[in-house]
This record gives sequence, structure tokens and C-alpha cells, in this order.
Amino acid sequence: MSTATANVVTGLGVVAPNGLGTEEYWAATLAGESGIDVIKRFDPHGYPVTVAGEVLDFDAAAHLPKRLLPQTDRMTQHALVAADWALADAGLRPDATDAFRLGVLTASASGGFEFGQRELEKLWGTGPAKVSAYQSFAWFYAVNTGQISIRNGMKGHSSVFVGEQAGALDAAAHAVRLLGQDTIDAALTGGFEASVCPWGLVAQLPGGLLSEVPEPHRAYLPFDRRACGYVPGEGGAVLVVEKEDTASARGAGRVYGRIAGHASTFDPRPGSGRPPGLARAVRGALDAAGLEPGAIDVVFADAAGVPALDRAEAEALAEVFGPGGVPVTAPKTMTGRLYAGGAALDTATALLSIRDSVVPPTVGTTEPATGPALDLVLGSPREMPVRSALVIARGAGGFNSALVVQRHDA
Amino acid sequence: MTGSAPKSVVVTGIGVRAPGGVGKRAFWELLTAGRTATRTISLFDPTPFRSRIAGEVDFDPVAEGFSAEQIATYDRATQFAVACAREALADSGLAAGDLDPERTGVSIGTAVGCSTSLDREYERVSRGGAEWLVDHTLAVPQLFDYFTPTSISREVAWEVGAEGPVTVVSTGCTSGLDAVGYGTELIRDGRADVVVCGATDAPVSPITVACFDAIKATSANNDDPAGASRPFDRDRDGFVLAEGAAVFVLEEAAAARRRGAHAYAEISGFATRSNAYHMTGLRPDGREMSEAIDAAMRQARRTGGDLHYINAHGSGTRQNDRHETAAFKRSFGQRAYEVPVSSIKSMIGHSLGAIGSLELAASALAIEHGVIPPTANYAEPDPECDLDYVPNVARERRVDTVLSVGSGFGGFQSAAVLTKPAEVA
Repeated sequence: MSTATANVVTGLGVVAPNGLGTEEYWAATLAGESGIDVIKRFDPHGYPVTVAGEVLDFDAAAHLPKRLLPQTDRMTQHALVAADWALADAGLRPDATDAFRLGVLTASASGGFEFGQRELEKLWGTGPAKVSAYQSFAWFYAVNTGQISIRNGMKGHSSVFVGEQAGALDAAAHAVRLLGQDTIDAALTGGFEASVCPWGLVAQLPGGLLSEVPEPHRAYLPFDRRACGYVPGEGGAVLVVEKEDTASARGAGRVYGRIAGHASTFDPRPGSGRPPGLARAVRGALDAAGLEPGAIDVVFADAAGVPALDRAEAEALAEVFGPGGVPVTAPKTMTGRLYAGGAALDTATALLSIRDSVVPPTVGTTEPATGPALDLVLGSPREMPVRSALVIARGAGGFNSALVVQRHDA
Repeated sequence: MTGSAPKSVVVTGIGVRAPGGVGKRAFWELLTAGRTATRTISLFDPTPFRSRIAGEVDFDPVAEGFSAEQIATYDRATQFAVACAREALADSGLAAGDLDPERTGVSIGTAVGCSTSLDREYERVSRGGAEWLVDHTLAVPQLFDYFTPTSISREVAWEVGAEGPVTVVSTGCTSGLDAVGYGTELIRDGRADVVVCGATDAPVSPITVACFDAIKATSANNDDPAGASRPFDRDRDGFVLAEGAAVFVLEEAAAARRRGAHAYAEISGFATRSNAYHMTGLRPDGREMSEAIDAAMRQARRTGGDLHYINAHGSGTRQNDRHETAAFKRSFGQRAYEVPVSSIKSMIGHSLGAIGSLELAASALAIEHGVIPPTANYAEPDPECDLDYVPNVARERRVDTVLSVGSGFGGFQSAAVLTKPAEVA
């Protein structure tokens, strides 16, 4: 990513279980306030998994035109509102610029699953004639890019990446490459997910990775000896990333930082005897950013909360940074794992850490698991200068992505 | 970009599973014969639906070599993709052991992923749509693989031994162009030496047929299944849903030459734009598709005068065919009237995200064989669609430069330029 120095992140939009809006989310995250709770949207007690990170106090009608509501899943409503917030934060007005120079690069993992459940229920319960005309696009993976593009008049190179939890880093990196090639001047990039519905939960259960612990504060404990799976969540984040020269020319105000490097790898087929790919992704992202491991101030971990996966991540970090060689945190312990939204939210969080020189904590985890030592930021925030942060995301099945964000003046 | 010339990326292997015949060869025979492979839906009982026709693949997973467990657990779209990846790799002359895993990437496009399996499994866990609190005890173990279609790229990556960048690109009906565009980028960018890329969809399921029924996007010409897909014809009445897949092996041209590989075509240009207008609607002027075409042609360093063939999106909806005809005129002016334009959807239907890769396969084969596939079922000219649509009969001629375009729900408009590989100096 040799052209990476030419980009700047100028706006953020966040919808998270523990806060709507960037500052609300950030304040809650620094205060250690979790959005994980017993599922409220439906009665979960017949299921082995009963807790999730839900976005409950989001009123789509307060933010979006009425006509959009029946044609959008909640994850799209979150995406549209967060995109509005990010553009406002950046002071970027799509109507005041060349629409063909504005891209929308999003990630999706499962699409609009709750919308899909309602329409499947009509199809099988009542008959095909009852299926909504909106089903043809409301659930599919491309919907958020399409709807954001339409709402904001953004006509430039756009795409959608599906990489389970890892897709949002690939989307952000692709946005930066398009900026570097001068294909676009600015992009919205991020991911959102809202599959906490009965059908969405049931579809996730066979993965075998969800936590069945019923106490919300004990359900998701990555890197802890009591780790027992993860909690699914909903929400996500979107970033405005721009070419530095055009951002400067339009008088962009605040710069959160820049995206400095990225790499993605894939794990070999189980049983192949070949090494896993995560450490290679981390090294690749550092190389792309032109950084030595020692230059990374903090790692936002993937933090699967599954013992074998936590151990694999700890081993990769120890391999690159040395045992305990870098502060590691997982603020997603306050939101659950958001699938396509998780890595986007971690990227936003890393940029806020850079802005405010403070690393948010990992909550709940208290008894580190055996294995390579990690310098986990536990319990309360750690105040420290943050110039460069590494975000790690893994998608089920072997997807590994790593992204470096940096202070603008680093 | 640096000052040095960008790397040339070529197609060295092609695998196809399409309606009308299994494999690249059968696909090309069907297209050049102008035969249609759309028929009454056999994959489920289509009686209650408005549109009851589709392009179905005669796919035999046992003959394809899948194990009983794979057949039971892989979505049909995944099976298509893996079968195509095998064919493409063999076609390229590479064995899985020849690839450097860390330098091999995968980029598979799909519009609706494993939705056919989701449809079927929903029916099971909901007891026929009877319960909102669906029953997890009825869920099959592989349901998570359907929940997120990353499983498709995972299986392809495992099949070919790829450990470089692996992703699924899902941009609706332009996925098959966009996934190959992204794969090309991975090589140009130096992030991979070989990329296995393409697209797959197996959407012929009740939920997808029902949702297109609801917006009357699909043809209701149920009495004439083989003649129902009528791109650019005055009497077209919508697209015919289909399934299929095409997968390519892409390599840097110089590396392919060094190992003596046959190159079908160079992927010389790719661009995508959005219409920012409507999730399913198109403005008649074709402006955004034209922008994508112009950008792809610039990247390929070609002009309309170089163009020998346009492989159209040609879905057969009233609005699409008018829209893209306008886009071609906008980009090429008078030259648009001289370039043959055809839609293979007339023969194999519209397989959503997969079709962009199937159309790229047809484009590469047009260059390879010097034959332009026709638009089948073309009978009555439409005054709004007044270009040379290669009606019904294939045309032999030298084909050095092909433009292939796609248009999709969400407003995506994509364009790729394929060219005859440069002769070895």
C-alpha cells in the first residue's frame, strides 16, 4: 500500500450496542459500559444462547424518511444513519463534489437477516404472492452500499466484500487503494450487521462458537481461562476516508488519522500441516505500512472468545511482537462480535484512541488463559500516546485481515 | 500509481457450469449454435408462481466427484464454484501443487450466496413458516455455512490451496464482473501471483422466484420457456432467472508466458460506477454505465474504433435493454451502430451474480475462436434498441477487443475490457 500516506480519515459514524453516535459510544467504551445483555427483541429462553449485544434505543423513523423504513432491514437503517453522521462529521457534502469521485465500500456477512425471516415466513406460511417487492434487494449483501450510494448521490467505484468478521478491513483497504490510484477522491467504508433475530440466532448456533453462558457479564471473556465462546452483536461503523490533497483543498477540519497498511491471508485447509496465516497477515500489514513491530502502540484483537482461537491469536501476536510485547485490547467485549460491523467499529475505535491518547479496556476478562503472555488492557482505560494501532479481524473458515491506522502526523 | 507500466493480467484457465451443458466446451457449443437452455423449472414445483421458467444447470454432483457428505452440506452454488475451479485449474495447465499457496488468491462473486439452502432450511426450522421462534433443534450442522457465504470462497481456496487474499465480492448482478476486476487488481497490485476468481449463483429457489415475481422483473412467458428470454426484442417481458458459475485462473502475463501457458485473453480494463438513483430502477440515459465503460476503455487504452464486440448485460427487461443501448451510444456515438452487440442471457438466462463471469468467459472464448455468439430469440426490432444485436446466428470474425458490461440492483454498473493477448515478442 505504497500510496497509503496520501489518505486521511475525516469522519466517523457509529451505531453500537453500548452507544449511538461516535461520542456516546466512545464515552461508554471508556467507562467500561457494556451493551451486552439478555436478548430483548424476542424471547430467547428456548435457545441455548440467550445474550447478545443489541441496539435497542435506535429510532429509525427519527432519522430516515418514512418511505425508506418498509424497504430496509435494521442493519441498513443503521448503515444509512451512521453514514449521515460520518459525512456530517467530515463536513463532506456529496452534492458539492463530483459524484463519480465518491465511492461506497462496505462489508456484509449475512445481509438483512431479520427482513429475510419475515419474508420467508410469508412465503412458507401464506404463499408466494405475499412476499414483499422489497425482498428482491432488502436482504442481499449489496444493499447497504446501494442504499448509501442512492441516499447520498455517490456514483464512484463501489463494492461489497463478504469475509464474515474480516470483510470490513478488506473493504477499507480497497477504498484506500482506489484513493491511491486516483479512481476516487473520497469513500464511505464500513460494515453493519443486525442478525439478532430468531432465524439469525438459529443460523449461527451450528457454528458452535457462541457462548451459552446466561449471565451477560460472564458470557464473552476472550483470552480468559473461562472463555466459552462469543456473544453476537449488532451495529457497526462507517468511516469517511479521503485523499489528503482533496480533503485539504476542500478545507476538511479534523483528521482522525490515516489507514497506513493492510494485508489479508487465508488459513490452509485443516489437517494440511501448514502453519496458520494470521501472523503473516500482521507482518504483511506492518510491511505495507513500512513499520517495524515495535512501532505499533496497541493491537485491537480479533478476540474470538473461543479458547483455541484465542490461543492462536495470542501465538501470532507473540510471534510478531514477542510475548507481552504490545498492549492488546478488545473493546468488543462491550458490544459482542458484530460480524461485518466488528472490524469497522474496531477501526473507528483505534482512531479514537489515537485522537485521545487512551486505549479502551477489555471488560470481563480477569484471569488470563495459559499460553503466550499478552499485555491485555484490562478493567480500565490505559492513557498513553497512540501513534500507530493494529486492527485484527478473522472470519470463520480461515480469513485473516490486519489493518494499520496511524496518527496523521506519525 | 508509479510510472512503470501496470502489469498485464491474462486468463489462462476457464471453468464453466452453465445451463445447456457441463464445462467450457459445451457452453461454447451452445452459445455459438444459438441454442437456448431455458425451460420450465424442475428444481421445485413452480405451480404457485407467476414466472415458472429458468435456466437450470444439469449438474450431477456425483459425476463431478463430490463425496456424499459434500453433496449433503455444500450449497449448490458452492458445488458449482468448486467444480469450475477444478476445471479452470486443469485448463490452465497448473496443478494445485504448482501454486505457491501464499501467493495465490481467491475472489468469488455471488449475488445471493447460499440462499437456496437458507430457503430450504428456514422451511424446516420454522415448520413451514408456522413459527417466528424457529426451532434450533431442527437446524442442520452446516447452517452457519449458509448464514454467511464466505463458505463458497473457503471451499474454493481449500480446493486450490490458496493462502493469499481470499474474499467474496457481492455486488448483486455485477458480482461476476466485480470479483474478476478485484482479482485482476490483486495481481496488478502485487498481492498475488495467481488468482482463482469468478462467480457463482444457484438462486432457482422459491424465495428468489417469489421476490422477482413481486416486482415483475422476470418473464411470465411460461408457455414458451425456450423462447422466453428475448433481449432487445420488442416483445421482451423480463429476464429469465438462471443458475451457473464460471471461474478463471488469472496470472501475470509475463509469468504465464514463462511457463508456456496458453492465454485466452488479457483483462485490460475494469471499472464500476453506481447510478445513485434507485435500488431496482434505471434512468433511460445510461449515463453511469457509460461512465464505467469510458473508464474501462481508458484503462485498456482502447477506443470505440478498436472494439470488435460488446457482450451486453441484455437482461431482457424493458428498462435494461433501453438503458444500456443508450449507454453504448453515449460512449461510442455513431460507432455504436457498427459494433456487434449480443446477450448470451437469451440462451442461458440471467444467473444474477454469476452471469458477469459467464459473460466474461464467453467474451474470452469469442477472442479465442474468432466467433461472436448471437442474441437468440430475436424476432421483432424495438425502435428504442436499434443497434446490431447479432440476431440468432453466430458470426465469425476476428475479435481482438471485447467490452462486457453488467448492471445490477443497488445501481451498480460495471464494465470490463478483454483483449487478445499480445503476441510473444
